[in-house]
Amino acid sequence: MISRRDFLQVGMAASAIVGASGFGNWARLAAQQTLTQEQLLEFETFGNVSLIHITDIHGQLKPIYFREPSINIGVGENNGAVPHVTGAEFRKLYGIADGSPSHYALSSGDFSSLAQSYGRVGGLDRVATVIKAIRADRPDAILLDGGDTWHGSYTTWKTQAQDMFNVMNALAPDAMTFHWEFTLGSERVQELVEQLPFAALGQNIFDAEWDEPTELFPPYKMFERGGTKIAVIGQAFPYMPIANPRWMFPEFSFGIRDENMAAMVEEVRAAGAECVVVLSHNGFDVDKKMASVVPGIDVILSGHTHDALPEPVVVGETILVPSGSNGKFVSRVDLDIRDGRMMGYRTKLIPIFSDVITPDAEMAAVIDAERAPYLSEMTEVIGQTDSLLYRRGNFNGSWDDLICDALIRERDAEIALSPGVRWGPSLIPGQDITREDIFGVTSMSYGEAYRTEMDGAFLKVVLEDVADNIFNPDPYYQQGGDMVRTGGLGYRIDVSKPQGERISNMTLLKSGEPIDPARSYVVAGWASVNEGTEGPQIWDVVESHIRKLGTVSLQENNSVDVVGV
Amino acid sequence: MELTRRKILAIGSGTLALASLSSLPAFANLTEEAISALTGGADMGEGSVTIIAPEIAENGNTVPVGVDAPGAVEITLFADGNPVPNVATFKFGPLSASRSASTRIRLAKTQNVVAVAKMEDGSFQMAKAEVKVTIGGCGG
Repeated sequence: MISRRDFLQVGMAASAIVGASGFGNWARLAAQQTLTQEQLLEFETFGNVSLIHITDIHGQLKPIYFREPSINIGVGENNGAVPHVTGAEFRKLYGIADGSPSHYALSSGDFSSLAQSYGRVGGLDRVATVIKAIRADRPDAILLDGGDTWHGSYTTWKTQAQDMFNVMNALAPDAMTFHWEFTLGSERVQELVEQLPFAALGQNIFDAEWDEPTELFPPYKMFERGGTKIAVIGQAFPYMPIANPRWMFPEFSFGIRDENMAAMVEEVRAAGAECVVVLSHNGFDVDKKMASVVPGIDVILSGHTHDALPEPVVVGETILVPSGSNGKFVSRVDLDIRDGRMMGYRTKLIPIFSDVITPDAEMAAVIDAERAPYLSEMTEVIGQTDSLLYRRGNFNGSWDDLICDALIRERDAEIALSPGVRWGPSLIPGQDITREDIFGVTSMSYGEAYRTEMDGAFLKVVLEDVADNIFNPDPYYQQGGDMVRTGGLGYRIDVSKPQGERISNMTLLKSGEPIDPARSYVVAGWASVNEGTEGPQIWDVVESHIRKLGTVSLQENNSVDVVGV
Repeated sequence: MELTRRKILAIGSGTLALASLSSLPAFANLTEEAISALTGGADMGEGSVTIIAPEIAENGNTVPVGVDAPGAVEITLFADGNPVPNVATFKFGPLSASRSASTRIRLAKTQNVVAVAKMEDGSFQMAKAEVKVTIGGCGG
């Protein structure tokens, strides 16, 4: 870890990632050769309304490493469109210099060495500093949390998300929407939401029995700020009962419900809203399609797929602002709202470089108080890693390789399946692996590691089914995760084919033999959506495996052959 | 232990589950036959009927489906991948304020929900919406 002083000398390039109207000054900033908090926060206040967006924090209270994906394939109309551009191509597209802070924050490539130089990102105490600075500029700024907040760490698991609830209340958002929160179970979600001192929004959260809106989750909230009226409409993750266990929240139904979204936009416009903001957990491609289908939305603050873009994507008259994940970024969106419409905007994606931004002392104290009761057990060192451990990527990530190895070894299986979620911080080579680190990539309320048998034909059905949730060319049929990770099983995938024809060449890696559709295989996995799944918790399985290894050292995973991109 | 597709749902062995791999043309033909019987082979227009259905069913056993066709005297719903595709027929009298209806249907697998409306002038209009039946992947 480098000191703050060293850091200022290391920084090669741009400070902040200035969107739209402010974009294009990379070269000038690069010439300054420094990176300071002032630069990260620098923003010429614009218009009369400010929005602050943070999303997909996944329980990460403290600074972490987070590697962005190198493989993120877009299909159909989104082939080759952002956010489906990665690494060097992404940097070229946005004019980002190799080795610069923006390279490190926004793209993959040389991650381990850049992480040594630039240090950790995120930390809600740093986020608090940024939010306070924006509020100092614009006291009535609207702070919006895109959800996936009450999930994803050792302390969220132990406290059933009381830690995140308390910390976020100290940040004082104006509204939030939801996804993984519901996996706490509907009783706990209702208990927390009833205590929320701010709005819990979701135009697509319906009562499952009557298929009608709920009282607990209103569709929108109106704000009078900057001499105008702004409506914020919530959009929860549409496919919760499919991607997550429906039995945990049977009272609720979701879906995209774009016809209801259109009705809500009309309703808020009729009620005098001059600006319509959607706080969305749809995922980026779904938001892009929704912007083209539903008229009258000015801004979509986009979450779920964990994309971070340095400038908004414009669809018709709607701007889409995706703000990353895991506390790594905060977006500031200034709007000029006049004469009943949005006349202009200025945005900035602020990367939270934890060694550059001074922690807010008050928030640091709140966070440490939440962690204190669990500190000794969560900081226990289980092993070390010689390899970069990360999760993001359409087909695999080294964390998942390790988890699949653990499942095969500890559960005596031939094949392992690990869910294609996108959350979970990275570890760089040379780091200790603590219990908290393991929970950072496994913590959930249905983490039981099952062991069962599946025949080869069914394994193909599983892969085809998940592949269609990612590579269906219509974004409305995409669920926003990645491919299920496989251990002990290799395959070829043609992403351009329809469901049922994408997967071929399935191979049992242990023997090199083709998977026999009629043979039964012993399969271990975790995160089943089915009620009554039995097995040890996945974090215990992984901990036991790492303890035996001592030091984790992974080979490159070439078991998935991707064609048709 | 050998698993059948049916059993796997009960055991809870995966994060995911299954959708059928291909539509059964036989069922789709049944729907076409039923539509021909209904319309007597008359030309079919599009644009006046709206189906409101989820893109992906949360529970294939009970999928909420709504249909709206201003000016219709009768709307018939079909599920073209079910063994028996005819779902329901809604009739509207001259005093019906809105020509819309909603119900819940069971969908055996990924398929189209088809609505055929007989209009006041005796012409026919239709709409189609694909509903995917899956037990999902994993969200971000």
